Amino acid sequence: MNRQHAGLKKFYSIFILLFLYAPILTLMALSFNASKSRSHWGGFTFDWYISLFEDERIMQAFTNTILIAIASALIATVFGTFACVGMHVMKRRTRTAIMGMTNIPMLNADIVTGISLMLLFIACRINMGGATVLLAHITFNIPYVILSVMPKFRQINYSTYEAALDLGATPTYAFTRIIFPDILPGVFSGFLMAFTMSLDDFIITHFTKGAGFDTLSTKIYSEVKKGVSPEIYALSTIMFTVVLLLLVIVQAKPQMNRSKK
Amino acid sequence: MAVKLIDLQHITKKYGENVILDDFSLYIRENEFVTLLGPSGCGKTTTLRIIGGFETPDTGTVMFENRDITNLPPNKRELNTVFQKYALFPHMTIADNIAFGLRIKNKTDQYIKDKIRYALKLVNLEGYEDRMPDSLSGGQQQRIAIARAIVNEPKVLLLDEPLGALDLKLRQDMQYELIRLKNELGITFIYVTHDQEEALTMSDTIVVMNQGYIQQIGTPTDIYNEPQNAFVADFIGDSNIISARMVRDKLVEILGANFDCVDTGFGENKPVDVVIRPEDIDLVAPEEGTIEGVVTDVIFKGVHYEMCVMARNFEWIVHSTDCFPVDTRVGIHVDPYDIQIMHKPESEDEKAVEINE
Amino acid sequence: MSKKTKWLAMPYTIWGIGFIIIPLIIVLFYGFTDVSGHFTIEGIASIFTHVNLKALIVSMLLSFASTLVCLIMAYPLAYILAEVGRGKSSLLSLIFILPMWMNSLLRTIAWQNLLEKTGLINAFLSFCHLPTMMIINTPWAIVLGMVYDFLPFMILPIYNVLCKIDKDTINAARDLGANGWQTFWRVTWPLSLPGVISGITMVFVPSLTTFVISDILGGGKILLIGNIIEQLFTQDNDWNAGAGLSVVMMIFIIISIIITDKYDREDAGK
Repeated sequence: MNRQHAGLKKFYSIFILLFLYAPILTLMALSFNASKSRSHWGGFTFDWYISLFEDERIMQAFTNTILIAIASALIATVFGTFACVGMHVMKRRTRTAIMGMTNIPMLNADIVTGISLMLLFIACRINMGGATVLLAHITFNIPYVILSVMPKFRQINYSTYEAALDLGATPTYAFTRIIFPDILPGVFSGFLMAFTMSLDDFIITHFTKGAGFDTLSTKIYSEVKKGVSPEIYALSTIMFTVVLLLLVIVQAKPQMNRSKK
Repeated sequence: MAVKLIDLQHITKKYGENVILDDFSLYIRENEFVTLLGPSGCGKTTTLRIIGGFETPDTGTVMFENRDITNLPPNKRELNTVFQKYALFPHMTIADNIAFGLRIKNKTDQYIKDKIRYALKLVNLEGYEDRMPDSLSGGQQQRIAIARAIVNEPKVLLLDEPLGALDLKLRQDMQYELIRLKNELGITFIYVTHDQEEALTMSDTIVVMNQGYIQQIGTPTDIYNEPQNAFVADFIGDSNIISARMVRDKLVEILGANFDCVDTGFGENKPVDVVIRPEDIDLVAPEEGTIEGVVTDVIFKGVHYEMCVMARNFEWIVHSTDCFPVDTRVGIHVDPYDIQIMHKPESEDEKAVEINE
Repeated sequence: MSKKTKWLAMPYTIWGIGFIIIPLIIVLFYGFTDVSGHFTIEGIASIFTHVNLKALIVSMLLSFASTLVCLIMAYPLAYILAEVGRGKSSLLSLIFILPMWMNSLLRTIAWQNLLEKTGLINAFLSFCHLPTMMIINTPWAIVLGMVYDFLPFMILPIYNVLCKIDKDTINAARDLGANGWQTFWRVTWPLSLPGVISGITMVFVPSLTTFVISDILGGGKILLIGNIIEQLFTQDNDWNAGAGLSVVMMIFIIISIIITDKYDREDAGK
């Protein structure tokens, strides 16, 4: 039965892949398009890759994006992980309450989250700019960290922790040496998730950035009407390729270790 | 001679390079309680899954009532399986779980209702209709899994280590329960386990398997008292397995001493393996025994004492209700009919099995 | 671990109250007051003006459509991936998540290129002598954009839940006489519902509230409720009406979560 459907399954997977990757391939092609117009092909060029590094506004937006993503993901990871440790020993009712709060930004519409934060900053008379974007990103990132760390806590085998105490370890020592390594994969994937979400966010940044501060997303949005500058295509192509290469390396590494054995 | 209900003919199954079953043949009669017994990786579960239809053999045929069912999908086979971890449908009530097979067959509501009541009564879980599987204990889930299978009135019930996840007491209760069920239903049970005690308690026939080969088929008493090779002897209960020489019919030389035995037909001066069960060894005064030795270790086991006796450079395991303290000099005596003679492995396959073991 | 450990959750709790709870209260406050701070339901009621109501209805229809299309597209794929990927490396599923690493705005913009009158897809269609399609700046383009942007959010939860189903549960259904379809509808599908439900909320909510996709692929002709709220804040500076509509939207989100959650529970309870 499986064999009959194998071809169909392959065809379907490829169809979805094509659907998902078509725009990416288009953007990559556009980054080499000599014509500034998006609608026709003016020959192959590397010009946009060169002028990209001379375009201060794009480079500034890029730096902002990366800095905000790294900083917000790091801070969210610390807050989120500590919160998980704390919540784990809490009474069930308190924990449910905090988890309920955590679910709000996940389930709520980004536009409402963005607006609510904007209204908060205005109410507190905080001038909006990079700092408010960072605060907003930390806020929507913490839930991602918590949701990926919390399940790890449920899987922990407490007898190993108790064994460590039995062997004379202090609770702190036992925690850092026994529990923490177990939840580390969750912490790591939480960080990665937070980083990705921050990198790709537009809506919340749009409402909390104020004038004069741009991330790549807001820069792109501001150019939608008049046409996105090809340098941005070039930059995105570079970013995507870097991520792709990193993934290939990360994926290849465990396989290499395995084949060594 | 009863009818062959299931007949596995020359089955071979490989996973990549790994040969699980190699030219495996076995038939199962109607109304038999057959146990496939062996260590993990011996191919017993694969055999069961091939009968159930979850695996297709690479070569060979599966016959069911003289029909070839090798390529028949599981849903078209007249047998049902009780899975290792029960595999109850977690989103359905107990009643819906039990009714699953009957609803597929479009039975009437009244029929289904009666069947559910009957099945729950049979497994002693009346009144559990509306519970969800995860609110039941392991033993109860196990009974429901059995109830779910038997309401379909299969001709054969396949059980894949069904008691493996239960604790000792529960396991023993369930053994009696299964024997009772088998007798009440009058159908064939094919049971897979690695637990020799389970196999000895419940089965009509035991099939001892190792590394994809059948080592011995027989009744529990046959298997226990007359193991055909060292693997079977070692796997079923404790035993002393000693290399020996068959001097002539009814006389065997073990560790340099001559023992009377009852076996014939092994030839003269042929190397053989000898099995002596620990409870069949009598410890006597040093001068009365065939061989003399010293007790090196004693453990109290409740029903009996387990002792190690060092005699002629071999460590004998002895079970006895009498206790001989450590360092006691003792004589070893074995009655002729308690000595079981086995061929030394002959074929390469057989040898391979023993070496790897 | 000692009782003191629970205070480690304190910083986040305070953060959450400050940046999640209080901002929502502020939205509620604006939503129920007028410019001078007096209580009114005018902001909320503005949903019933012709333009807003139309936008809401269009948003609902488009997000229903995109959620449905996402589900239909994602389920078979998740099923295939779970079948192949069970126990194997996550490389396969990564391939389907990877696109999220390119800026979603840019990817949406790329669809403009693909869908344009002279775009790639039409070039391909006319090359094959097939009728060309004109869907850019129509609701269909917006649905396509929504499906494209949110498809991974449907694939992932379904994939995760399918991977967790015990293979023997499926075998048990087969063993009890169910054929492939019966096994799917009676066992696999109900067991995968939690994933389907979370997929639906994860696609429906952002589709309902987007203003970006309609901006880019709708050519500014089609106003969704998200566009109206966005304009009220960034162009019209009418925060009270904007907050009022936001409150309405939150009500819709809560209703949709309750409905899907209830569905989930009813099915589980049967």
